[in-house]
Amino acid sequence: MKRVGPFVLERRLAPSRGAVLGISLLAVVLALLVAAVIFWGYGVNPWHAYRVIFQGTLASPQGWAEVVRRAIPLILCGVGLVVAFRAQFWNIGAEGQILAGAVAATGVALFSGLPDPWLLPAMFLAGFLAGAVWGMIPALLKVKLRVNDVISTLMLNYVMMYIVEWLVHGPWKGPTARGFAYSDLFPRAARLPLIPGTRVHWITLVVGVAMAIACAFLLSRTKLGYETRVVGQSQDAARYAGIDFLKVTLWVMLISGGLAGLAGAGEMAGVHYRLRSPAHISMGYGYTAIIVAWLARGSPLAAVVTALLFGLIFAAGDVIKVALAMPFQVTDVFNGLILFFLIGSELLMYWHIRWAPKRAASEG
Amino acid sequence: MMAAPGAGDLGGNQNSPPLVLLEGVTKSFPGVVANDRVTLDVRPGEVHALLGENGAGKTTLMNILYGLYRPDAGEIYVKGRKVVIRSPRDAIACGIGMVHQHFKLVYPHTVAENVALGLQGTPFFGPARVVERGLRELGERYNLPVDPKARVWQLSAGEQQRVEILKALYRGADVLILDEPTSVLTPQETGELFKVLARMKEEGHAVVFITHKLDEVMEAADRVTVMRRGKVIDTLPVAETDKASLARMMVGRDVVFRISKAECTPGKEALVLRDLRAVNDRGLPALRGISLTVCRGEIVGIAGVAGNGQRELVEVICGLRRAQGGEVVVLGRPLTNRSPRTVADAGVAHIPEERLRMGIVPGMTVEENLILKKHHRPPFSSGPLLRLAEVRRFAEQAIEEYEIITPSPKTPAKLLSGGNIQKLILARELSGEPGLVVAAHPTYGLDVGATELIRQLLLRQRDAGAGVLLVSEDLEEIVSLADRIAVMFRGEIMGIVEASAAELGEIGLMMAGTRSGMGDPR
Repeated sequence: MKRVGPFVLERRLAPSRGAVLGISLLAVVLALLVAAVIFWGYGVNPWHAYRVIFQGTLASPQGWAEVVRRAIPLILCGVGLVVAFRAQFWNIGAEGQILAGAVAATGVALFSGLPDPWLLPAMFLAGFLAGAVWGMIPALLKVKLRVNDVISTLMLNYVMMYIVEWLVHGPWKGPTARGFAYSDLFPRAARLPLIPGTRVHWITLVVGVAMAIACAFLLSRTKLGYETRVVGQSQDAARYAGIDFLKVTLWVMLISGGLAGLAGAGEMAGVHYRLRSPAHISMGYGYTAIIVAWLARGSPLAAVVTALLFGLIFAAGDVIKVALAMPFQVTDVFNGLILFFLIGSELLMYWHIRWAPKRAASEG
Repeated sequence: MMAAPGAGDLGGNQNSPPLVLLEGVTKSFPGVVANDRVTLDVRPGEVHALLGENGAGKTTLMNILYGLYRPDAGEIYVKGRKVVIRSPRDAIACGIGMVHQHFKLVYPHTVAENVALGLQGTPFFGPARVVERGLRELGERYNLPVDPKARVWQLSAGEQQRVEILKALYRGADVLILDEPTSVLTPQETGELFKVLARMKEEGHAVVFITHKLDEVMEAADRVTVMRRGKVIDTLPVAETDKASLARMMVGRDVVFRISKAECTPGKEALVLRDLRAVNDRGLPALRGISLTVCRGEIVGIAGVAGNGQRELVEVICGLRRAQGGEVVVLGRPLTNRSPRTVADAGVAHIPEERLRMGIVPGMTVEENLILKKHHRPPFSSGPLLRLAEVRRFAEQAIEEYEIITPSPKTPAKLLSGGNIQKLILARELSGEPGLVVAAHPTYGLDVGATELIRQLLLRQRDAGAGVLLVSEDLEEIVSLADRIAVMFRGEIMGIVEASAAELGEIGLMMAGTRSGMGDPR
């Protein structure tokens, strides 16, 4: 027990589900309140801004479709990161793993010469494998050489960004791209069908939700999931129990990187139809997915919901840009504020704050 | 502000008034009285050893003196004046300094910066520079050479300890408390430390020296206070006592009682160790050729003060530490340097020393913890899947059989009490008829009821035909449970005695490094 002014802080060991949900929501609301100050600083009435955003996103089917479209890569990456975080592997590299998947999918789409019906499945498979390989490099480095996973995953993002830049400026620069740094457009058979009237590539969405269910099952019902949770909670206990750290870490990053790779393949086949500069392919989905996973608190199914929340923020960014003439980067500010308040709220979850005015100061 | 009442003159020292007097100090923690009406006087110019087993209350008492805990009852007098010590800052103001077992140093900083940290009256800019000069003087006076500009991470453990001592001296400590100061030192460094203590004595300081090593008491102390289970057993001059009687006081011979146990019937060999060698975490030799046999149906106790290789021995047997040489054979199978899983699957149960850090996964549920180590085998899994119904059935059975008190099998294990966590670990480890049980300090820190239950469980394992290797610092426990007792000292076995013929005095001497004549490394 600690005393801070008139408050008493009491440690609580296991916060209830309700407390976790309530406090997380409170953190998001507080972040939005602070974001209101930014609108105000831009000379935009915050009340007006939030109303315009609401009308542009949640108030119409078109708006909803945009929210979902933005959420698709976040679902895939977020679910993968949830799995990695459960093993205490701090995968900050989903951004690079998305790009790896995009590159592999592009390679298959443009250069494989596979028959048309095989093209899309092969693109997804290649995307998964490329993301997985990009994710397993830091896993190996961590287990074999004790390289810090945060640093190695983060740095590999930049490596992959420059690989993409090199490809679109160099060997894969399309003869039909008229001098732009694009690859050629994918053939029709390498493009995903959309829900008519929207830009939602629903196949990737279905894959993402299926993966969330599969990962939830994996974590709760399988040996690998059990070992993942043991490793994540106590490495000493894992060692004592004879759990193979290398095997678990590699599997976890195969899944985590692979799902991000699927997201990259989905963005290629469903949105862009061509490899282009990395900032246009991903727009920071890989980093936002970290917040998605954090907010999901270890549950892959909850990551679907939190991904939709951040899909909403991305869609709101588009609205802000068009209707309020503010830069799209405001979404980064939103994301940063939400992450900031969420991490701050951790403290509230494990400490119960009680109002108890001062008694004798020297109370033992 | 009152004068100290006349302290009972316990030793044969000169009649100088005590520098520090603790009177009737009592401190309880939930479920245990750590200090029970403790009275202790420390005189200027003496090294006063505070001797006792782990958990005897030595460190609690000194933490009270240093202001880290508040006593429930009792008084503290410093130089005859009654004082209330609320924090280390108060203690320092009273001239009391403490060197903790784990150093409180900022590793990237220099020695002088560490000493300057938190020091009153230093300039805002460059406080370390002012300190440097003083440090050199102190270093020369007490023969504590340390370069004030060296960075702490570059220093050896012995040098870091010197920094801690200098830190206390710089703050004007008249009384210096050292908590197990030799546990991190090499024998040479220990010798140097004792020279420093002698020097401090000459300067009129008093040193309180917490230890459980008899040798060091005999070598370095003037008087010794023996504590057991929170109480002071006696305070007496070292010159008037010897190791054997100190060992007896430490362990308490009046309370040796035997749990009824059946006649030992050695059968097949459960564990054979041949010339086992290993190093500790710092790369220093921890096991120097251990040879030992544990038969099925017997308990072999490993006695010894902490840090003489017991931990490393357990880890090597269980596959958690590499053996540099020698052989481990379990139930007839060579298992030297095999993975922990191979060892566990071969029928070795391991009750680990650090039950919270290693024995359980605190955030996972009771039922999930009950299958740790066994989750990869039938009936708890088939193929890649866990069989949750089987897990639940096993958990419910184990909770009932081992009397684990938990709201439900779904409760996180960290919410259980210490005794119930240990019961959980035993329920898991003892299921499936292990051939060898390696138990490290299985009752450490537990209440009487849980202790009794766990001892009975170990005896039942023995009677069911398992070999049991029991590592414990509680000599009483070893004597009452074990069939044979092996005493470890500095990575070697000093001797093996039959428990029925064991004399505590003899075991105490072997714990202090005297080799037994009747060694029988069967």
